[in-house]
Amino acid sequence: MSDHALDISLTVNGERVQERVDARTTLVDFLREGLALTGSHVGCEHGVCGACTVRVNGEIVRGCLMLAVQCDGAKVETIEGLSDSGEVADLQAAFEQRNALQCGYCTPGMLAAAQDLLRRGGVPSRHEIREHLSGNYCRCTGYHAIVDAVEAVAQARAGAKK
Amino acid sequence: MKITDDSPPVLTALDRPNSYIGRSVPRPNLQRLTQGRGQYISDVTLPRMAHVAYVRSPHAHARIVKIDTEVAKKAPGVIAVVTGAELAKVMTPWVGVLTHLKGLKSTPQSPIAVERACWQGEAVCAVVARTRAKAEDACELVVVSYEELPAVTDPEIALDGKTPVIHASLGDNLCFERKLDVGAVDKAFAESHAVVETTFRFGRHTGVTNEPRAVVADWNEGDQRMTVYHGTQAPHMMQNLFAKHLGVAEHQVRVLTKDVGGSFGIKVHTYADEMATVALSKLLKRPVKFVADRIESFVTDIHARDHRIKAKIGVSRDGTITAFEIDDLTGIGPYSVYPRTSGIEANQIVNLTGGPYKCPNYRAQTRVVFQNKNVMCQYRAVGHPIAVAVTEGLVELAAAKIGMDPLELRRRNLIADDAYPTQSASGLKFELLSHHEALAHLDSMMNYAGLRAEQKKLREKAIYRGIGFASFIEVTNPSAAFYGVGGARITSMDGATVKLDAQGAIIVHTGVTEQGQGAEAVVAQCVASSFGVPMDKVRVITGDTDNTPYGGGTWASRAAGIGGEAAWQAGKALRANVLAVAASILQAKPDELDIRNGVVVDKAKGTERLPLEELARVAYFRPDTLPPDFQAELMVTRHYVPRAWPFAFTNGIQGSYLEVDTDTGFVKLLKHWCVEDCGTIINPQLVDEQIRGGVVQGIGAALFEHCLYDERGQLLNGNMADYLVPMAAEMPDIECGHVVSPTADSELGAKGAGEAGTAGAPGSVMNAINDALRPLGAEPLTDMPFTPDKILAALGKV
Repeated sequence: MSDHALDISLTVNGERVQERVDARTTLVDFLREGLALTGSHVGCEHGVCGACTVRVNGEIVRGCLMLAVQCDGAKVETIEGLSDSGEVADLQAAFEQRNALQCGYCTPGMLAAAQDLLRRGGVPSRHEIREHLSGNYCRCTGYHAIVDAVEAVAQARAGAKK
Repeated sequence: MKITDDSPPVLTALDRPNSYIGRSVPRPNLQRLTQGRGQYISDVTLPRMAHVAYVRSPHAHARIVKIDTEVAKKAPGVIAVVTGAELAKVMTPWVGVLTHLKGLKSTPQSPIAVERACWQGEAVCAVVARTRAKAEDACELVVVSYEELPAVTDPEIALDGKTPVIHASLGDNLCFERKLDVGAVDKAFAESHAVVETTFRFGRHTGVTNEPRAVVADWNEGDQRMTVYHGTQAPHMMQNLFAKHLGVAEHQVRVLTKDVGGSFGIKVHTYADEMATVALSKLLKRPVKFVADRIESFVTDIHARDHRIKAKIGVSRDGTITAFEIDDLTGIGPYSVYPRTSGIEANQIVNLTGGPYKCPNYRAQTRVVFQNKNVMCQYRAVGHPIAVAVTEGLVELAAAKIGMDPLELRRRNLIADDAYPTQSASGLKFELLSHHEALAHLDSMMNYAGLRAEQKKLREKAIYRGIGFASFIEVTNPSAAFYGVGGARITSMDGATVKLDAQGAIIVHTGVTEQGQGAEAVVAQCVASSFGVPMDKVRVITGDTDNTPYGGGTWASRAAGIGGEAAWQAGKALRANVLAVAASILQAKPDELDIRNGVVVDKAKGTERLPLEELARVAYFRPDTLPPDFQAELMVTRHYVPRAWPFAFTNGIQGSYLEVDTDTGFVKLLKHWCVEDCGTIINPQLVDEQIRGGVVQGIGAALFEHCLYDERGQLLNGNMADYLVPMAAEMPDIECGHVVSPTADSELGAKGAGEAGTAGAPGSVMNAINDALRPLGAEPLTDMPFTPDKILAALGKV
């Protein structure tokens, strides 16, 4: 039962948010139901599928395994923020060009996970890309196209730096 | 026929100027999804909306003695607590039978169980509350008294007379049976040089759509209308069913699909909890939302593929296949699923086994039995993965037994490419297939000889790699023969309405639906090509029964072949109408004009005569300047249904290359190939991606996925940590190739491509594992999924 509610203050995609939340509310439920940010999705609800992947204080986390109250004072970034800021624009374009999404339900989490790998710099091998994305479930594509898209962006970003 | 590796085929009949047929154009709806701006049903909220959670039976089979809802009704945020008996006043039960599956029987199923729960997870009471969390809290306060009944779980003893009958009214636990005996099977086996006999088992598994099933039902008492936001593949079918069981007219029901987070056949059935949600909305006169959580998905999304097949093949000394025989047994849960029934998968196995081969002797039996587990029904590639694995497993075991290369044995038995039209021993009619060309293409694409040499060399170092194949046929573009003839209101037809808007753009409404396959792109490509505008001038609208032409939706690999053809024809018809307007304005003859790249041009010279925007301006706003007897018709509808053939069969062959770790039993997939012939390829990239995704779904069945039940009918692994699905790290790169044999049933010539990958992958992976382990003397593995413990057992290590 929801006996405890707490006040939290955080930034979400650069906007300051002050809300009162039930202690039991997960971060992804808070984002989706409390803030109407429906780009983060709920797939398995126990940390396996990665559909709810968001960034908290620069690290990607499972929105279903973190409570909203744990984000008091934190900086949270979701697909809405990553998209509007242009940070993942090249990844989005590569996913669209390569048809690296079908139903698109895993895509926001997949993009967050891919960007997490690419932010480290360098050009990861296909195997390293697969390993890094192995916590993000996609039932539609078979992953090949996703690996292609991430690999292409890694190469383009590395080339752009030269 | 022409082999086309990711290059646009030359298609003279469709070779319009600026044609998009055969081009890998990106899907128009992707940016919304990559930006997190999709709107899935689980995202939908409406004014006055309430949430429902269901109390579900913890027992596989139990009598519901009493339901005490008093405490739950007083819980915070609770709006209503409703039992099956109460909901029965709003919605009638249904029975999942089809008349063309002779003898198939089932019993009425209710939205919420009344008196008896027949599988673990069946809803027995609904709690409607202001939030889902509050509804779940109150579910814990509903006290249900059960009297546990014996659970029938093992199909092997379901018919033995000592096992309790689940539904007394049916007399026994047999849902459906079919027997087929063609040619002279016994004689053929007796005269065979070698006979191989084995038993194949397929683990019950499920679709695991990333977005669970979701529905928001909104009964508007003022309009006397039900609007259902529903993650479904078949909106018109659901419109009919909601109306029928609510007792209202179809025009009082509108089904809207929005974005759908994966379907794969999971979302094309009637689910009791979704029907209950619709009924609750009518009862409570307000929107009610239900989204399955993951464990609800595992215990209520249809399962599939739970089959045990005793199988036998005979071959002569020269490798000619003399006969096939199968005996299939499958348990489908306590009800045949409505309205498509749970007999189709078994029926398909009987139809498809041995299908690629010219062997005339075939005997098959299938028995479909009731049991107290979750229901089984049609899931991507329905029956194909089983029929293909059985056929191809037998073929490779026979090849090994007579010491013949497995591709060579196929070459000697596959139906010749010049033998069409022809039919299979089971009676399937084939218009035009290309087994041999596909096989030759695969052989060179994977460098088969090179792989065999590598395999041999590595075996000397105790590295065990295997190469396995699976030839296959696939049912696509179904006509009314699939469901319509059996009495189900599931149309095999589809329609497209196209209109020229007032700025010269094209708006298309189509009956097919989009769940990620790319149906919108394919429809846009067809209309853009046949009408003559750039893709960015075409907007496609799907999934709304108030506005789209009546259609079947997206299943059985039909969207491109049927919906695409309707769109192609509609585009052509609108072009003729628009050219009539242009001819009137320009005082020219329509047949001297064409529409190219969004402009009316002189057909012979290609010179510009009139922009479409100007034509639309005149037609819509200055019709007074047109002749008095001329009326511009700038919106047309065309429908299409396959007529010449019951199904447009496709074919192909897959190859798998893998390595087995003989110490751990783990399988490492190195590479996978698929050569497929889906006729005219509208969008090569989308076809390849359907194949790749399908292959990986088939690999899941071969290696990981299994709904494990105990003998009391309890699902033991209903979560994604224990039920394994393919993830990126374990999957191989997948190379696709094509042969193009268009169907003459449509102008476009496109067949379906949605299920070929899933059909062939399990068999090819199985054959590769057995190929890897053969030199070690392992018993052939035939019990999917091939988990490490089974592989180590086959090696005698555990």
